Amino acid sequence: MRHWWKALAIILLLYTLIAGLLIPVPKQVILYESIRNLYFHVPMWFTMIFLFFMSVINSVKNLSSNNLTHDTKAKELVNAGIVFGVLGIITGSIWAKYTWGAWWVNDVKLNGSAITMLIYLAYVVLRGSLEDEQKRARISAVYNIFAFVLLLVFIGILPRVTDSLHPGNGGNPGFNNYDLDDNMKLVFYPAVLGWILLGWWIASIRIRISNLSQKLEA
Amino acid sequence: MLKIIKIALAKQIIQLFKKDITVELRQKATLNGILLYVLSTVFVAYLIFTRMEELSTWVALLWIVLLFASTNASVNSFRKEAGREFFYYYTLANPKAIILSKMLFNAVLQLVITALTFLLFNLLLGNPVENNNLFILVLFLGSLGISTVLSLSSAIASKTNNNSTLTAILSFPIMLPTLLTAIKASMLCGLGFAWEDCQAYIVTLGLLNIVIVALSYILFPYLWRS
Repeated sequence: MRHWWKALAIILLLYTLIAGLLIPVPKQVILYESIRNLYFHVPMWFTMIFLFFMSVINSVKNLSSNNLTHDTKAKELVNAGIVFGVLGIITGSIWAKYTWGAWWVNDVKLNGSAITMLIYLAYVVLRGSLEDEQKRARISAVYNIFAFVLLLVFIGILPRVTDSLHPGNGGNPGFNNYDLDDNMKLVFYPAVLGWILLGWWIASIRIRISNLSQKLEA
Repeated sequence: MLKIIKIALAKQIIQLFKKDITVELRQKATLNGILLYVLSTVFVAYLIFTRMEELSTWVALLWIVLLFASTNASVNSFRKEAGREFFYYYTLANPKAIILSKMLFNAVLQLVITALTFLLFNLLLGNPVENNNLFILVLFLGSLGISTVLSLSSAIASKTNNNSTLTAILSFPIMLPTLLTAIKASMLCGLGFAWEDCQAYIVTLGLLNIVIVALSYILFPYLWRS
């Protein structure tokens, strides 16, 4: 039963899909039914940050042990994280179109997400331009750690001192205050866990594929 | 024992810094190139705008000129340490001293460039900034942040084959937090807000600088060893 968490991911995501679309939600002006996107848009970012965080842990392990398996893990976790980041941007963009009236607005959190994508695409480019395995592992690990910490400072501090259209910033009420009622919490928290498990699952499959193809080459 | 190591580190930093300065003053390749770049860009801007009254354009132009000048200045900062000399340095110096001295050198170079650019902007394009004292502080902190990020990025890029392109690709996204904060703060100073209103941004800038230097200090030895 070591695959129990995969079953849990499927059950939680099915529950998110069904309950998320059926359970009554608070009626809010402008948001209306689009508030259900909360179960999909926000967990994408949580999952992305989780995957990038795990990647950084593997990068640290790689620097301290020089073991290439950690490097493979770090690489594939970043790849999976990028997928979730792109999904987060797409779901957010659709949501923005129907609530703020534009696909993209100049908002500190949107810029933050764009910068995050740029950083990790740069990480991929850096890996591509290094051929020696040991060297690639070490140098990309250094960049991964450096970029992630700066990113944390950026998305952790800057949105708090700047106005944003997002809930909880610049005079906008946060979801926690009154929007996120008990019904929504009932779906939101399982949704976050479900998406994170799915992200971990995707990354673990990619890690296995990567390991197998390395064995085939060797 | 720890004290002796610290003194040795400080000595190495000063010696390496002196070496960089001497090489730079002897060859003048970087400095002259950058000065010419800044001068011609500002002059082109002057020919186009003559006088620039609008603050946001002025601030945007200033930071764009600074960004590209500093990128050009830092691209080659590890060129001399990449070839055969690398092995020589490797046996001589502590990697922590190398990165700190390089950051110090880049910061000094950057501050010279920034001061000159600011002066040229004042001369040719006018100065729409209301709160100049605070603006200079923001310029100082922002330039420091840019030059320190570029130092580590160019160290990373020097380990690859396409050095100059990769420095820009790697450093631009991680520089953006510093740059955006600096631009926000300089806009506020430009509009004439006092310390109380820009405090949050300036403290963030300072914090970012500390984080960058600390991370470079911790991570560079791993780069150096490879």
